[in-house]
Amino acid sequence: MPRALIHVPATAKKGETVEIKTLIAHVMETGYRIGVTGAPIPRDIIEDFVCTYNGEEVFRAKLYPAIAANPYITFFTTATASGTLAFSWTDQHGATQVQTAEIKVE
Amino acid sequence: MRRTGAIFAALVAAAPVAARAADIPFDQRRSDSEFVSADTRAMQNDDTANPGMLAVLDGETLWNTKAGDSNKSCADCHGDAKVGMKGVATRYPAFAAEFGRPIDLEEQINLSRSTDQKAAPFAFESKDLLALTAYVAYQSRGMPIALQETAKLKPFIEDGRAIFERRQGQLNLSCAQCHDDNWGKTLAGNLIPQAMPTGYPIYRLEWQEVGSLQRRLRNCLSGMRAAPYNFGALSLVELELYLMWRARGLPIEAPAVRP
Repeated sequence: MPRALIHVPATAKKGETVEIKTLIAHVMETGYRIGVTGAPIPRDIIEDFVCTYNGEEVFRAKLYPAIAANPYITFFTTATASGTLAFSWTDQHGATQVQTAEIKVE
Repeated sequence: MRRTGAIFAALVAAAPVAARAADIPFDQRRSDSEFVSADTRAMQNDDTANPGMLAVLDGETLWNTKAGDSNKSCADCHGDAKVGMKGVATRYPAFAAEFGRPIDLEEQINLSRSTDQKAAPFAFESKDLLALTAYVAYQSRGMPIALQETAKLKPFIEDGRAIFERRQGQLNLSCAQCHDDNWGKTLAGNLIPQAMPTGYPIYRLEWQEVGSLQRRLRNCLSGMRAAPYNFGALSLVELELYLMWRARGLPIEAPAVRP
């Protein structure tokens, strides 16, 4: 299971714009590199990133081989209600990692 | 003929002055973080943006994982790293009586792994060794480098200095020519830092991964078109030792982010 670092403010005022930061450990191997043995290193990348806020999709990104290793994605959303932000990263093999964070809206 | 002789004599007289690199005055020493872009510095200082923190988290897991024939984890002997490992990285490389020479933090971790855990040592630059080193070094963040010039370490520090000041490679450069004499100027558009190793292991954006000081030194050596020393070679440890002693008093920043 790859590691991910997520930063979501613990509390926010209703209607406030909040910054979300995510960082996931992933090699993001392009498939264009040659290894020490001379054989190409197979492509291995994360292709999709989705964030849902209490079940509603608030952010989505498509990732391509030009994205550096350990993709760092930050974005903004509006704090509407207390609840859960769920982050999911899906790689090219279809494996998905989901991580969640709680936010309290006053 | 007399004139040629006079010029030759003048050159000989001038040579020792020109060859001797001047040390950076003690109060003008600065962290290499001050020579990177503001964006890179911001990434380093934000634990949710610093990719080196991923290695620190991996290291924390390894710290608590049992390994080897003794079936012990690092934590079983050393306890909580936040307490037991605080300040340890400020004192490395340290003299190891077992070997009669200084060893760096990576080698110390491997020594403990083979003698105490009775497990196979990690390979240099392996993900696990870097992760454990990053986790241990992270416990000293903000603490000043406390390396002392003890009688045992002194000859090795002097050897390290000699390597630092020796011209080598096809470009006939010494480390000191850039990092003592020309820091703050640009080389291929990049600011030349003072080579203060306060943030190792570092996350280097060019590498897209975490790497050790030895890897960085080997990088510099191949840039000078000199044959890099092998990982674990005494010369590399002596260079590490000299650089850490030269940076004494500056705070540890591990894991630092570098371009």
